[in-house]
Amino acid sequence: MSTELKAGSPPASVPFYNDPKVRSIAYQVALCLIVAALVYGAASNAIENLQRARIASGFGFWNNVAGFDISQTLISYSNVSTYGRAFWVGLLNTLLVAALGIVFATILGFIVGIARLSKNWLVSKAAQFYVEIIRNLPLLLQLLFWYNAVLKALPDLRDSLKIPGGLVVNNRGLFLPAPQAQAGFGFVELTFLFGVLAAIAYSYWARKRQEQTGQQAPVLLVSLGLIVALPLVVFLIAGMPLTFDYPQAGRFNISGGLEIVPEFAALLFGLSIYTAAFIAEVVRAGILAVSHGQTEASYSLGMKPGPTLRLIVVPQAMRVIIPPLTSQYLNLTKNSSLAVAIGYPDLVQVFTGTVLNQTGQAVEVVAITMAVYLTISLSTSFLMNLYNSRMKLVER
Amino acid sequence: MTMSEGDLAVTQINFVRRETLPAQPPPASMTGAVGWLRENLFSTPFNIGLTVLISLLILWIVPDLLRFLIFDAVWSGADREACLITAQRPVVGACWPFAFERLPYFIYGSYPISERWRVDVFFVILAVAIVWLLWLNAPRRDLAVVYAFIFTPIASFILLRGWPLIGLERVDTVLWGGVLVTIVVSAVGIVISLPLGILLALGRRSTMPAVKLFSVMFIEFVRGVPLVTVLFMASVMLPLFVPENLSPDKLLRALIGIAMFASAYMAEVVRAGLAAIPKGQYEGAQAVGLGYWQMMRLIILPQALKITIPNIVNTYIGLFKDTTLVFIVGIFDLLRTVEVSRIDPKWAAPSTSPTGYAVAAVFYLICCYGMSRYAQATEKRLAKADRR
Repeated sequence: MSTELKAGSPPASVPFYNDPKVRSIAYQVALCLIVAALVYGAASNAIENLQRARIASGFGFWNNVAGFDISQTLISYSNVSTYGRAFWVGLLNTLLVAALGIVFATILGFIVGIARLSKNWLVSKAAQFYVEIIRNLPLLLQLLFWYNAVLKALPDLRDSLKIPGGLVVNNRGLFLPAPQAQAGFGFVELTFLFGVLAAIAYSYWARKRQEQTGQQAPVLLVSLGLIVALPLVVFLIAGMPLTFDYPQAGRFNISGGLEIVPEFAALLFGLSIYTAAFIAEVVRAGILAVSHGQTEASYSLGMKPGPTLRLIVVPQAMRVIIPPLTSQYLNLTKNSSLAVAIGYPDLVQVFTGTVLNQTGQAVEVVAITMAVYLTISLSTSFLMNLYNSRMKLVER
Repeated sequence: MTMSEGDLAVTQINFVRRETLPAQPPPASMTGAVGWLRENLFSTPFNIGLTVLISLLILWIVPDLLRFLIFDAVWSGADREACLITAQRPVVGACWPFAFERLPYFIYGSYPISERWRVDVFFVILAVAIVWLLWLNAPRRDLAVVYAFIFTPIASFILLRGWPLIGLERVDTVLWGGVLVTIVVSAVGIVISLPLGILLALGRRSTMPAVKLFSVMFIEFVRGVPLVTVLFMASVMLPLFVPENLSPDKLLRALIGIAMFASAYMAEVVRAGLAAIPKGQYEGAQAVGLGYWQMMRLIILPQALKITIPNIVNTYIGLFKDTTLVFIVGIFDLLRTVEVSRIDPKWAAPSTSPTGYAVAAVFYLICCYGMSRYAQATEKRLAKADRR
């Protein structure tokens, strides 16, 4: 049979340019040539343009003196530090605002997302209103609003608002009492560390025991006791070795306390509120994705609403929620680059803004900045793929 | 005490109902407004607490907002004097005369006043295109596609940029601004990102390794970095990569950045749609002898795009909001015209900034909310078609 078929349709009758393999190779070679030509053209133009403009190339600028100040630094930095140091300051500022923003956005987002599903009409409508308004306004507009119309409109230094508890608020920022550890606080820190480790060990043991015997252990209570109550007891025994440095309003300045610059506050506020609206939708979709039959089946087995939520609904909803939630976290991190519009010294503002303007080395500076964000994004999506393959529904 | 239970029953029961009574209405507390309130707002103590809390929140925000926008607002005046805090008027709401005076600037930017009719004509051409495309019962919708995707871009370019040959003075793009730029940037992003995104998505699913590699590299690269850095790249690196005499102008550079960014996101949306098409559709198309492009054009893409319409519109909403970022590379879009106006000393007053932002917020809210309603309606309409 097969020989007959071959004889009936001789391959020679197909011209070589209609052979899918030949075509595919031809297309790919053409594409590679086009890309190579583009890259070559761009590179040669760049070299020529850079030479004409007398701009140095290479990463030699990394160790040159930066010569500018940065308003918020997590590591020691002054205007005689290098550009490389400025890069790290910017990167740490980006990571700080992103990490705090993720925490706040998650808390707010989960509250709003659950509120949207509330049976209370007023609560669900209020949550819906929040989501619709925030999602449909550009983030940049919201950041400018918080910064220029709210924080910059606060009273000035002389009329600072004093909030009970030692907070001082004015248009130069937010000043919190700074906790200062006294002698003996090290014991509390050690106990805390021990508590965390013990809680992890305990929950591991409890899970193993439940898998083997079915007996449940009060993991939450014991963990709380180990992590919160134990250090607290040590703290009290040690004679409360913690004092607060309260901000003092002087005539021209505020001394002491922990200063939060308004740029940081506006960015954190704007990012958290904006991303929370998206997280709320993710959470709502995730909870709705768990079929009602699961809840009913759980009730019919005699489980109470609390354990039903904790053991049946939430684990299944999390499977749906976590992948889009991670992409919202990435969005938040990338959106923190809008700091440049309100002057918060994040990576883009410090590096792509000031350093680029001073050195003029656009290619190197933009490439480094992009490489940082790419590293964050790609490593997160790599971890996400691992998580997804572990959490995938195992079917027969 | 001798009587048994049975005797007692017989002697005591002297009435047995034989007919069914008509159904009673439910108790007043379960129906109507009261019942609704009980069920929806006051069902449990926790719910009562939430209701009170939210009501207090609303009572705290809404009156203040209304006072600022309407009751305490200043409605007429020539300059900042009208909006300052004085002894007679200790509380000042929105400074509307500022918005009224600056409205032309918010819409046209610095476009020459004598030529602004051209922008108006552009808005009309665009509005006709949108209505014709989206209105399902409109006549000759086949012509609408030609009109929207061929006539509109060419006519808009000639109108806005100018063509001295036919008597339209050239207007440099640095003079463009406000709503005009916002709409031009988002329209270009919208029109370019769909075809490019489809090509990239097809490339990513291609069996040719080189095509796939370049598509994946482009998509992952652009999606992995913030739009701000893409715009910086377009505005500071692009001029280096082309010969000096060909250096594109500022607006065009921003447009290239936006188009690249939007295409990568669109590619992922289209890819999700392509992945949702069952394999049988591909095999069926190949079995009847269709080539790759025929199969895509006639079988796969119509189905894939149909199910992705809501996501495509959502991407457009994101793109529309993201156009505000051209602000950072120095383009005068709506937000930047507001930003420039609010620090104008002529109108320096405490409420000028919030007023300016309120104007911008209303514009973005109307546009984005409109688009998201359209996406929801489409989703419903398409779901109807699939119901058996």
